[in-house]
Amino acid sequence: MSPETIARWQFGITTVYHYFFVPVTIALSLLVAVMQTKWYRTGDERFLRLTKFYGKLFLINFAMGVVTGIVQEFQFGMNWSEYSRFVGDIFGAPLALEALLAFFLESTFLGLWIFGWDKLPKKLHLLAIWLVAFGTMLSAVFILAANSFMQNPVGATYNPVTNRAEMTDFMALLTNPVFLATFPHTLAAAYMTASGFVLAVAGWHLARLNKANRTELEDNDVSAFRWAAKFGAWVLIISGLATVLTGDFQGKVMYQVQPMKMAAAEALYETAGGNGESAPFSLLTIGSLDGSRPVFELHVPFVLGILAKGDPYAEIPGINNLRDEYTSRLDAGEFNLPVDAEPNELQAAYAQTLRTVGVDNFVPNIPVSYWTFRIMMTLGFIAMGIGAVTLWLLRKDRLPKPGAVLNLALLAVVLGPLFANSAGWIFTEMGRQPWIVAGVLPTASAVSPGVGAGSVFATMVLYTVIYGILAVVEVGLMIKYVKLGLPAEVPPVELKGEDDVLSFAY
Amino acid sequence: MLPLAVEPTTLQVVWYLLIAVLWIGYLVLEGFDYGVAMLIPFVGKNEKERRVIVNTIGPLWDGNQVWLLTAGGATFAAFPGWYATLFSGLYLPLFLILVGLIIRGVSFEYRAKNPEAAWRTTFDWMAAIGSFIVALVFGVGFANFIIGMPVALAEGSQHLHVFTGGFWSLFSPFALLGGVVLVVLFLFHGANFLALKTRGAVHDRAKAFSTKAGLVAIVGGAIYLVWANLAYGWGLVGWLLTVVAAVCLIASWLAIRGGRQGWAFVFTTLATLFVAVWIFGRMWPNLGFDNSAAAVPLDVTTASSTPLTLTIMTGAAVVFVPIVLAYQAWAIWTFRKPISTKNIPDDVAVAA
Repeated sequence: MSPETIARWQFGITTVYHYFFVPVTIALSLLVAVMQTKWYRTGDERFLRLTKFYGKLFLINFAMGVVTGIVQEFQFGMNWSEYSRFVGDIFGAPLALEALLAFFLESTFLGLWIFGWDKLPKKLHLLAIWLVAFGTMLSAVFILAANSFMQNPVGATYNPVTNRAEMTDFMALLTNPVFLATFPHTLAAAYMTASGFVLAVAGWHLARLNKANRTELEDNDVSAFRWAAKFGAWVLIISGLATVLTGDFQGKVMYQVQPMKMAAAEALYETAGGNGESAPFSLLTIGSLDGSRPVFELHVPFVLGILAKGDPYAEIPGINNLRDEYTSRLDAGEFNLPVDAEPNELQAAYAQTLRTVGVDNFVPNIPVSYWTFRIMMTLGFIAMGIGAVTLWLLRKDRLPKPGAVLNLALLAVVLGPLFANSAGWIFTEMGRQPWIVAGVLPTASAVSPGVGAGSVFATMVLYTVIYGILAVVEVGLMIKYVKLGLPAEVPPVELKGEDDVLSFAY
Repeated sequence: MLPLAVEPTTLQVVWYLLIAVLWIGYLVLEGFDYGVAMLIPFVGKNEKERRVIVNTIGPLWDGNQVWLLTAGGATFAAFPGWYATLFSGLYLPLFLILVGLIIRGVSFEYRAKNPEAAWRTTFDWMAAIGSFIVALVFGVGFANFIIGMPVALAEGSQHLHVFTGGFWSLFSPFALLGGVVLVVLFLFHGANFLALKTRGAVHDRAKAFSTKAGLVAIVGGAIYLVWANLAYGWGLVGWLLTVVAAVCLIASWLAIRGGRQGWAFVFTTLATLFVAVWIFGRMWPNLGFDNSAAAVPLDVTTASSTPLTLTIMTGAAVVFVPIVLAYQAWAIWTFRKPISTKNIPDDVAVAA
């Protein structure tokens, strides 16, 4: 394997793994803040117990997100030094701002929240968890603005003297249409993940408590978990709808700025639609071994045109047509990715240089693009369905019955949205190939020239081993603390004497 | 300090200083976290004592660690050439640092989640060893910045520099001493913090450890700094900083012996600061690189971002660095009370 391939595998492994923890961190922080706010407003102890219970699960998850996130920031320079040098003038700023504005906020106030129950006034302590939730969202703003630049490099031009991309307009990064679509889509998907988790944990306990002769404490448990399960289900359904709507918006932007990614997502080899014909959405396409033509196709008419342009009769360019178009654009020194939208400034400015650099193949991995796109959608719709069924099962005073089917559904509502997130990211990153900065810098040109393939391979193996061990520890702790259930909680009191026992300590 | 081909702009100077400030924030704040974590298995004689130690840094360490991430991010944003060459050049050392940060980063939260002795011992050692690795490798790293890491243009590139020294060249005697000295300095600094933030047996043991570690830090630090000045010195100001740093170390040692742990902590903070200022003075303007084999030098002017990016980042830093300092100071103030085993609840609370 080439150093580029190994470095890509390392990025893929560490990033997909990191992103197992990110959606829950982003969204569960806010859901816990809502629970604590309910306790603050009503004084109802059910909400204090829920806050502490889900708060603990949140922290088990958060620790992993933090430690795997550091790898991400270092990795650009370690494995992709030419990329870092080439785009640092633009890409570095959101990363630095993420640390300065978001990481400081979330980690400092999380420390205050964990240890501050008996040290801070109630209101200030509540503010701490809200600031944590706000910090995680702010972090998403900056890192998604950075990623959106890689998909659609706006606000920059090429400087041939320094041979790098340079910023022309910072605000363009935050008004990048890709960012405006990706941010709400990613956030909504995070809420699907965290609410699915809240629902599943509560649902499992409700089934366990679905018995005659409950103690008074167990009755309180049922009441608290009923609220949590319904809350989770509603958030799941609403954020699911938001994910669909924002995903639709994102598809239209993608068609504008990365038409090849759209074609790959559909395994659409030849241009379809236009002239009164409709472009169909593929339910199943199996490509030939060399990936140049379809062998078997099953289609729904009109849908692709609607997805891409909001027009059932729109002409959607196919993979082979785009490849020919890009080849001739490259040779002419007028390279640009969009075919049906304004040309990109940085792509146009770099086109002459790109011609000397050369591009091997304009087509991303089609089966990966095609299937991850469908896995993402399917898992998301399944989770929304489970959310709706949950509300039905909990109607009036009913409780779910324990059993294998229920457990399977609850597992699906946890892992479905989680893996849908992974699939979505694999799609968006693999679908961008062969580019690291779409239409400008090929991924092959971006790797660190001074780093040997052996070093990258060895560290990739070691990351995988360490991450594997930590995954076992993390999942073990999660299951243990899920099973422990709601703590029997007394409201914290402020400490007075120096020998008073802390209400919480590690 | 060598003259530059091109005079650096004010913005470049400001950002070099800001990155130095971020590193100093990291070294001072995570310095005591690392020292405290390394001491968990040695100063804590029973489970409750070890929990006292963990709880002195429990609320703060994660926020302190962000200084490192911000230093890294700021280097990326302000000097992409520096970030690219440094991070790819120190590939394996940075991997070791990441492993150290990972294994210590999960320890504090996860040790508390299971009362079994074997479980807790495992995480205590992960916290201690992880902190040790990070301190050691950064010590070796900074010593190499002092020496100057040889760089040259990458093959076929007119702009990207690569480190040409090779992995084993990083372990010169001076660099190894730098690693040991940073570990000892953090142990001293951490023991002072621990003495300041605890009462009872843990306090007494931390104080006793600090008086011993202080002596080693003074002797080791003196050798390191004199060596640095003689071999890689940058003039009278450098010697002056060295003297001030040495005086701070001695003052800290005298303070802890006299039971003034607050002053002892202030003086290890100042010693760390002055040593860091010496190092960043030495790294100006070549950023810790040796450009003698580079057709184009890698320095503050060639590694830097555009004036637009630096201006935007300056605006953000001017507004947000004071805000961060304010709320971090408030967090430290909130958890100011020293703790003892009497404050630690018997069972690990199941709640957050």
